[in-house]
Parts: sequence; structure tokens; C-alpha cells
Amino acid sequence: MFYREAGQFKISYASDQAVFPILQDRIGIFIILAIAFVVIPLTGNDFIINAVMIPFLIFSLAAIGLNLLTGYTGQLSLGTGAFMGVGAYACYKLTTIFPGVNIIFWVIASGFFSAAAGVVFGLPSLRIKGFYLAIATLAAQFFLEWCFIRIPWLYNYNVSAAIEVPQRELFGIIVTGPRASAETRYYIVLSIVVVMTWIASNLVHGRIGRAWMAVRDMDIAAELMGIRLLPTKLLAFAVSSFYCGVAGALLVFLWYGGAESTVFAINESFTILFMIIIGGLGSLLGAFLGAGLIYILPIILRFVPPELGLPLHAATVEHLTFMITGALIILFLIAEPAGLARLWQIGKQKLRVWPFPY
Amino acid sequence: MDLFYNIIIDPFAQMAQAPDLLAQTLWEGLVGGMLYALIALGFVLIFKASGVFNFAQGIMVVFAALTLVGLHTAGVPAFLALGLTIVVMFVLAWTIERVVLRPLVNQPDIILFMATFGITYFLIGFGEFVFGGDPKIMITEALYLPKGSITYKAFGGVVSLQRLDIVAVIVASIMVAGLGVFFSKTRIGRALRAVADSHSAALSVGISLDQIWVIVWFAAGLVALVTGIFWGARSDVSFALDVIALKALPVLILGGFTSIPGAIVGGLIIGIGEKLGEFYWGPLIGGGTDAWFAYVIALVFLLFRPQGLFGEKIIERV
Repeated sequence: MFYREAGQFKISYASDQAVFPILQDRIGIFIILAIAFVVIPLTGNDFIINAVMIPFLIFSLAAIGLNLLTGYTGQLSLGTGAFMGVGAYACYKLTTIFPGVNIIFWVIASGFFSAAAGVVFGLPSLRIKGFYLAIATLAAQFFLEWCFIRIPWLYNYNVSAAIEVPQRELFGIIVTGPRASAETRYYIVLSIVVVMTWIASNLVHGRIGRAWMAVRDMDIAAELMGIRLLPTKLLAFAVSSFYCGVAGALLVFLWYGGAESTVFAINESFTILFMIIIGGLGSLLGAFLGAGLIYILPIILRFVPPELGLPLHAATVEHLTFMITGALIILFLIAEPAGLARLWQIGKQKLRVWPFPY
Repeated sequence: MDLFYNIIIDPFAQMAQAPDLLAQTLWEGLVGGMLYALIALGFVLIFKASGVFNFAQGIMVVFAALTLVGLHTAGVPAFLALGLTIVVMFVLAWTIERVVLRPLVNQPDIILFMATFGITYFLIGFGEFVFGGDPKIMITEALYLPKGSITYKAFGGVVSLQRLDIVAVIVASIMVAGLGVFFSKTRIGRALRAVADSHSAALSVGISLDQIWVIVWFAAGLVALVTGIFWGARSDVSFALDVIALKALPVLILGGFTSIPGAIVGGLIIGIGEKLGEFYWGPLIGGGTDAWFAYVIALVFLLFRPQGLFGEKIIERV
């Protein structure tokens, strides 16, 4: 009734291949972008922008990165946190060595360092798969984490062994560092995330994405069809790590403002993995939904029960978050292995036929 | 040339000069490796019988230890607390079978693997919610575990062995031997091996899969409890241990996923290699190498022998 494609004819190949073939979807995405770009900066307070939206967008970007690898190519990785760390440390080194260059350029460029690390640790993926590969990526996680602690050159021999984001300006506006305004940082993060999501969407809908999905569904069959496994898998590792690296650089430069190696510990990898399991493996929308749920759940637990007259300890909130996350993962794997993204599709179908049952 | 000397010759010269130090390092590695092996043993039990790669084994170790200490602090006598913990582990096994495994029957392995992530997180949250998140001290005295150390004069120096570690090694050996007998001689053990070979064939000769899974998760829970007691005695009992528990994964890669002797040998190799590497070669690159040494060994191993030392050859059928 509300959501129906009747009367929308596809009269060219371009319209047939469109990512959003239905007019309502295009209007919907336009409204979401308008809210993100105009309404939230105008109406949101500092808390909403700084503590909710910026991290939500950054984690979504990391989740997209992991989803390209795990959801689309079927290679389980537990090294996301370390690849994010490579991006953050690379960006820090680059901007302290070349302070004059545009910081946004370095944030993007640091993704390439992370991609290189991803390719190196993705090499075993030709011989091993499944949980064997997961353990191989654990090697990446622990080895890189060790590098962040033990190689003082990476953090410029700081006494604190942490990286601190220097102040950088762009066209006279302070972009990073403690004096940058939340709105500026929000706009930069949002723009990067929107552009990279658009690129990812084009990747997965094109030849490369189809090759990835063929490898995921059955690697031997994909090989027989002429897809070369090693380049395809390595490309997935590279692109995925690129996204994670940019997300890591954004995390430190536009949100935390400084970080120690513990930020990129194994728990970060798990958090991102849970986001894509709950959001939906093999879905870009799922990355956003999962990141939203996993990131916003603790915030809700922290602020809602006191409003209802149930004061909870900070520690209790943390324990409850763990329990609920664990239960949700099991619940989703049993009830809907395709995650929140699949629920959204079912909802769309319901809207389409409403008020009739089918 | 200097670097070459430092890497190839100097560590061995040090070993030859101070054999007592070498013996001490080997012993430390042996004990650490035994504990890795015990965690890996829990993995192998479950993997053999149900094909589930149980990521939560490390957390089950901490959870068991935490339950034991938590009950004792709540005023329950030590051995009653031990009994109650065993009951708790049984309830846990039963619940996992009912709530997680049964609805996920016939799903791809990787889905089950991820489900055990869910179990891991739930157990962390639940354990801390019930018993509190602060690190606890294992009740070694109440369980009559010995403390202190024995020092030997050997190799021209002094080697000191913790009494607790000796007991740990003995108990672990007994447990491994017991499990070996259980698997090869008893009725249930034979049923377990049948299930491991083929689910459908086992079902057709009248073996109840549900029952077997509860038994095997319970056995893994018991192994976890024993590991938890000895590990908790060496350091505090808290969920910070879970990073160390991940070390069991490279042990599995080394030993093979389906082999009990493999888990033991793999654990010992990783434990001893890690200690030797850290002690003799670690200082060359800044120390702290035991954080990743095991994983890199496993990574190299994967490239050449993916099925591990004792594992069955991985055959992929289309």
C-alpha cells in the first residue's frame, strides 16, 4: 500500500541495475541523508553528536570493512582491532612527519598501510579457512598489538606510550585536537562514511563483489568458474583492512583525540564482529544496524533504568551489556542468521502488501 | 655479524653456561604448557564429539573457578563448594545443549563457532553479575593444596619447583590418562567416538545425540574446573584471564583438532617454546614476546601442516 513499485517501469539498463530501484527507497535514503547532514547538527546537543553519532558512524565504517571480508567473502577475521590500530598509528606518524599536508588526506592514506598489513596476514587464507583462518588472524591481532607497545618509534617516543592527536586545521577551521568543535568533526566523519559506503555498495554490486560472494558460497565452484582464489581473497583482505584502517584513524583523530594500544585490543575485534553478526552478514545496511544496536545498547542501559527509578551501578550496566550482547548473538543465530537487515527486508515486504496478508 | 651472533650463538652459550637457569625455564614452560594443554583438552573433547569449535572453553575455565571461589566466600565449606560447582557445570552443559546446540543442529560449523562467542560473552557478563568483577584469590588452603617450593641443588646451581605446580602436573597427567581410558574402554566413551565419526550412523545404532552432547560438555566443564583451580592458584581469578585462555587455540593448531595426545604435546611445545623464546631471544627485540609467539608458531605451522601434528588429514569433499 505505502511501499509499492507499481507503475515504476525500468526502461534502461542503468535503471535496472540501480542500487535503489524503487522510488520510495530513494526518497527514504534522501530523507536519512538530510537528517544526518542538516537536522542532527542543527538540533542535536553536544552529547548526541559527540558521544552517540560520531562513534556510531565510525564503528559502522569498521563494521562495513569487516562485513566485506566476513559477510561477503566468508573469511572470518578476528584481527579487526589490530588493523584499525595500524590505520591510527600510520595516520599519527604521517601527520607528525608531514604536518603541512591536509589531515583528511592522511586519514585516507593511512588506510593503505592497514591494507598492506591485511594482505600480509591474509596470505594464509589460500590454504586454510574457517576457524583455522580465525586463529591465523589472531596472530595478526596479538603481533600488531605487541608492535604498538614495543616499538617506541610508532608513538614518537612519548613517555606515556600513547598517541596524542595534534591540532590540525583545514581552510582555517580546526579539525582535530582538543579545540575542534563537535560539529566540524561530525561533518568530516559523516562525509567520509557516506562516500566510503557508496564505494562499498558499488564494489559489492559489481564484478568484484560477485566474485567475493562466489568464493564465500563455495570456493571450489568459484575456482572452477574461473575466479582466481588468491587475488580475490587478498583483495577482500586489502579492501576490508583499508576500511578498518580508515575507521581506526577516524576513531583516534576525530573521536578519542588520543589513544593507547589497549584501544585496539582483541575486544575491539570481537565488538565489530558482533555488530555484523547481529546486523546481518553480507549486508551494508546490516553494518549500520548492528553498529547502532551494539553501540547504543550500553548507552540506553546507562540512561533509561535511572529514569524508570531503577538506579544501576556502572559495573552492573557493563555486566548486563555483556549478558544481553551474548544472548542477542545466540538469539539472532538461531532465529535469524541473516540478522537485523533481514528483519528489515521482511518488514518492507509486509509494508508492500499491507493491508492484505500476502 | 653481531646480530647473527646474538641470535644464533649467544643464547645457546647462555644455556650452556647456566644449566640450572635453563632447567628452571624448562620447568616453568612445562607447567605453563600443561595448563594450556588442559584448556585445549576441553576444546578437543567437544570438537571430537560434536564438531563444534568451542570458543567458550577458556571462559568456562574462569567461570568454574569463579563459581568455586564465589561459593566459598559466600560461606559454603570448600569441598561442598567443589561439589556444587560440579553441579553448576552440569547445569551449564545441559542448558547449552538445550538452548544453543539443539536449535542450531545442521547449521554450518562457522555459525556454531559464532554461537560459542555468544556463550562466551553471556558467561562473562553472568559470572561478573553474580560474583562481582573484582579479581579473587583461589582457595588453595581450604582445598588442602600444598604451597611453598622445593629447591634442588642441581646442574651447579639451584632449581626451585613450586609444590603447587608439581601437584598440577600430576593431577593433569592423571586426568589425561583417565580420559584416555574413558574414551577407549567405557560404553559412553565408545558412543562418543561413534558420534565423532558420523552423527547419522551413531543415531541409527541407537545412540542419543542429545545425551552425548550433554555428557561431553559436562566433561569439558570438569576439565575446565580442574584447570581453573590450578590456574587460579597461580594468578588471580578474574575474566582478565580470557586473553591467556585464547592461547589454547594455537595449541590446537599445533596438536590437531581431534587428538588428545596432540593437545598435550602441542601444549608442552607452546609452553616451553614460549618461555625459552622469551627468556633467551626476547630481550633482543624488546621483550613481551610471549603475547604473540604461540600464534606466530601456529601461523607458520598452518602453512605447512594444516591438520596439526596428530590430526586426521583434512579431506574436502564436494
